[in-house]
Amino acid sequence: MLRNAWIIPALPVASFVVILFFGRRLPRQGHEVGLAAVGLAFVLSLVAAAQWVDRPATLVVEGPAAEGAAEGHATLEAAPAPAGGGHGEPGAEAGAEGEAGEGEHEVEPIRAPVEREVTWYQNGPVTVRAGTHMDGLAVAMVVVVSLVSLLVHVFSTSYMHDDRRYTHFFAALSLFTAGMLIMVTSSNTLQLLFGWEMMGVCSFMLIGHWWEEKNNSDAALKAFFTTRTGDVGLLIGISILFFGAGRTFNIEAINTAALSGGMSEAVLVAGAAALLCAVIGKSAQFPLHTWLPDAMAGPTPVSALIHAATMVVAGVYLVARLYGVFWAAFDIGEGGVNPVALFGGITVLIAAALAFVQSDIKKVLAYSTVSQLGYMVMALGVGAWTAGVFHLFTHAFFKALLFLGAGSVSHAVHGFDMKKDMGGLRRAMPTTFATFMIGTVALAGIPPLAGFWSKDEILLGAGENGYGLFLLVGLVGAVMTAAYMTRCVYLTFFGSYRGHGHPHESPPAITVPLLVLAGLSVVAGFLNAPGIAKFGEWTENATVLMAGVAHHEFSVGTAAVGTLVGLAGIALGFAYYWRNLGPHRLTDRSAGARAGYRFLANKYYLDVLYTDKVVGSIKGPIARAAYWTNQKVLDGVVNAAGAMARVAGRFVYDVVDQKVVDGLVNGAGAGAEESGGALQVLQTGRLQQYAAFLFGAVVVLGGALVLFA
Amino acid sequence: MIVQNVIFGAIAGAMGLAALRVVTTKNIVHAALYLVVVLAGVAAIYILLAAEFTAAVQVLVYIGAIVVLFLFGIMLTRAPIGATAELDNDQRGVAVVVALFLLGVLGAVLQDAFGSTKLPADLAPQRTADVGTSIFQTYVIPFEVVSVLLLAALVGAVVLARRD
Amino acid sequence: MYLNQFLLLAAFLFCVGVYGVLARKNGVLVLMSVELILNAVNINLVAFGAFHATVTGQVFALFVIAIAAAEVGVGLAIVLLIYRNRRSIDLTEADLLRG
Repeated sequence: MLRNAWIIPALPVASFVVILFFGRRLPRQGHEVGLAAVGLAFVLSLVAAAQWVDRPATLVVEGPAAEGAAEGHATLEAAPAPAGGGHGEPGAEAGAEGEAGEGEHEVEPIRAPVEREVTWYQNGPVTVRAGTHMDGLAVAMVVVVSLVSLLVHVFSTSYMHDDRRYTHFFAALSLFTAGMLIMVTSSNTLQLLFGWEMMGVCSFMLIGHWWEEKNNSDAALKAFFTTRTGDVGLLIGISILFFGAGRTFNIEAINTAALSGGMSEAVLVAGAAALLCAVIGKSAQFPLHTWLPDAMAGPTPVSALIHAATMVVAGVYLVARLYGVFWAAFDIGEGGVNPVALFGGITVLIAAALAFVQSDIKKVLAYSTVSQLGYMVMALGVGAWTAGVFHLFTHAFFKALLFLGAGSVSHAVHGFDMKKDMGGLRRAMPTTFATFMIGTVALAGIPPLAGFWSKDEILLGAGENGYGLFLLVGLVGAVMTAAYMTRCVYLTFFGSYRGHGHPHESPPAITVPLLVLAGLSVVAGFLNAPGIAKFGEWTENATVLMAGVAHHEFSVGTAAVGTLVGLAGIALGFAYYWRNLGPHRLTDRSAGARAGYRFLANKYYLDVLYTDKVVGSIKGPIARAAYWTNQKVLDGVVNAAGAMARVAGRFVYDVVDQKVVDGLVNGAGAGAEESGGALQVLQTGRLQQYAAFLFGAVVVLGGALVLFA
Repeated sequence: MIVQNVIFGAIAGAMGLAALRVVTTKNIVHAALYLVVVLAGVAAIYILLAAEFTAAVQVLVYIGAIVVLFLFGIMLTRAPIGATAELDNDQRGVAVVVALFLLGVLGAVLQDAFGSTKLPADLAPQRTADVGTSIFQTYVIPFEVVSVLLLAALVGAVVLARRD
Repeated sequence: MYLNQFLLLAAFLFCVGVYGVLARKNGVLVLMSVELILNAVNINLVAFGAFHATVTGQVFALFVIAIAAAEVGVGLAIVLLIYRNRRSIDLTEADLLRG
């Protein structure tokens, strides 16, 4: 399956086509095709994962010169496989294919990735290939994407029942899954871009699924345009790196070129900055995060799949995949501050702040997603590669769980507003409540749930790699995360029911995915827990080792602090809501608080800035100026050219044609007439005159002859 | 020799004057008569040149027939008898110039070419028999052609002039 | 005798004839002038014949005479016709071919 990994994305593509053309006629409106395809893709991804785990570690990668790889690399196995381990796979490598690296080098061998490409097209000296590149990171992503997609498919069969465009929904879900799978398995940046853009289109389609309401279509457009603004950076970045890496799109080659000094500093930084723009757009980092909360206008399964677990992490994946470029461009190993960590850190804080003032449950989760994406980007920015990827992995589970839980709740109460429609639902919807609680605790980072392990690694990395500021940001963010989630839980499940319906537990199609995800939220963290640390072992690839990403021992101190801040956040929430302590109704009393609340409620006026100022100024004055230029200047030139042509034509007609040409022609005729008239005098009709001429001529000729001959 | 020259001179003088009068006289009939003088002089020249037969024919045909024709013509066209106002048209000047120039050219050429050529001293009269022989043997075809021509002219004149 | 005297005489007659052709109004007079010309030619012919002691000059002179006769005949017929049609044989009035 590692060699045939292309089948995994091909299945959802096929199901998209089938659902699109035949979905309506099928007994279940096409969802059976979608479920089957994604289910099969998930099974195959598990097979691939098993194969990957079984793969012998034969690739030895040299770290960077001085610092070398690891201190206390307790996670990698030292036992190598027999050389040339029977697979003979082509793979990109940077060091010697090694035998047992016992004591000779400090690095431990890793599993060689499986790359398989076909030639897509050739353009002169450049050959563009399409293919798959399966390594631990790709395998992990494939498993996550296909699993979450499968669960969302199951969830949607009940949630989207009787929807106006049920079949179309599943077709779009299949296409989206295909796009993400193509992206994570791709071996070159061009194919990555292809999958990236496919996801953008599907996101647009799915957010605007109920486009008849203007809100939804506006949200879809906003999402598309905002991510598109970042995608310009992706295109530019890919082009720059193509030239920088010696005219190749292959990701391994680009990473190697970046880390080994093959690219000049300017090219590297330019390429990385451009790619960072794409990350900011797609992964909803500040300042292009504004689209994600609005994207909650789409159906909840869409939010769970796309905006929690898969599409938004595409940016994080991009950084993780092309880590060599970012590491070299921004000197991530040096510590201090770098753009990646900075954007991530800012995002963590501002999104968490905004989550406090939302009354729509999905919006709370949306801002929470933005904040957690900030954590992932920050992790990659502080050099904690494994931590960032692992957080991606665990976050997918508990965030999808939270979204699906919100979907379950809203399905029951037919609304999303926590303050108006919900409250006291823990008795009416026990399963949903339990799973939601598990998700909340995981998100808050309380051990032994999944979120704790990944978040702790991030904090550890920030602290140990010399990014003290971002350690602080992470801790503050953790407090806020726990606090706003507690608020959300309280408003939804506790207190008295404020709605008007009769909420009851959702059907199994909805609750079973919740349970599965809850289970995963509990156990998934142990995959990279210290002592086990399998996730790191499996996913760290040649690029990471070449860059020399540091590994750190588990620090009880950091873990304790992390847990404490999480508990502190919960305690704050508990105190505020359950015990009614704290400054309730502060906004009524204090103008400053009111102003602050308004600032947050207006999302820092960023939307106003973007829509009214930026877009508005383009729409207004700039568009008017362009129109004026077009009408007066361009049209003026064209019209003037036309008028000049007319004038020239008139001139040619009047002067050249009528006077000169006709004059010549008429003149010739008149000349003939005149000369004829002049000569007419000779034609008297009188014979003797002719005779006179005759003899006269004879005389002259004769005279001439006589004289000269 | 001398006698011939004197005779020639007399005849040439008379011819010249008469020719001039032909083209200058205001009386048509006088013109015809002066023409007769010219023609007679020509015949005399022929005799001087020992071409007796031609002289005879000249007198017979030219004076005897052609001038008569002219006179008939004058009569039939009601030419005014006696002097009339003008018998010359208005390009007399041009004509004089042309004629003089022509004379000059011809004279120059002739003088240049034959200025010192003498006729053979003894001009024996050529025998009519020889003339006849030449016509009917050597030049028989032109003779026949000329006869046809005369016939055509005759027919033509009749056709042209008949009244219908 | 010089040959030239006959030739010059003939040339003189010729030129007078030319003058007459060009300058005379009456058609008949023009024809008379043509006769002068022809006679001049005849003199030339005979003179050269005598000069070369051949009879050819005379022969051709005879031909010329015959042709002159024919020509006068036809010419006068034409003049007659002109007179009949126009009541005048003034050649200056015969300018129908005037351009």
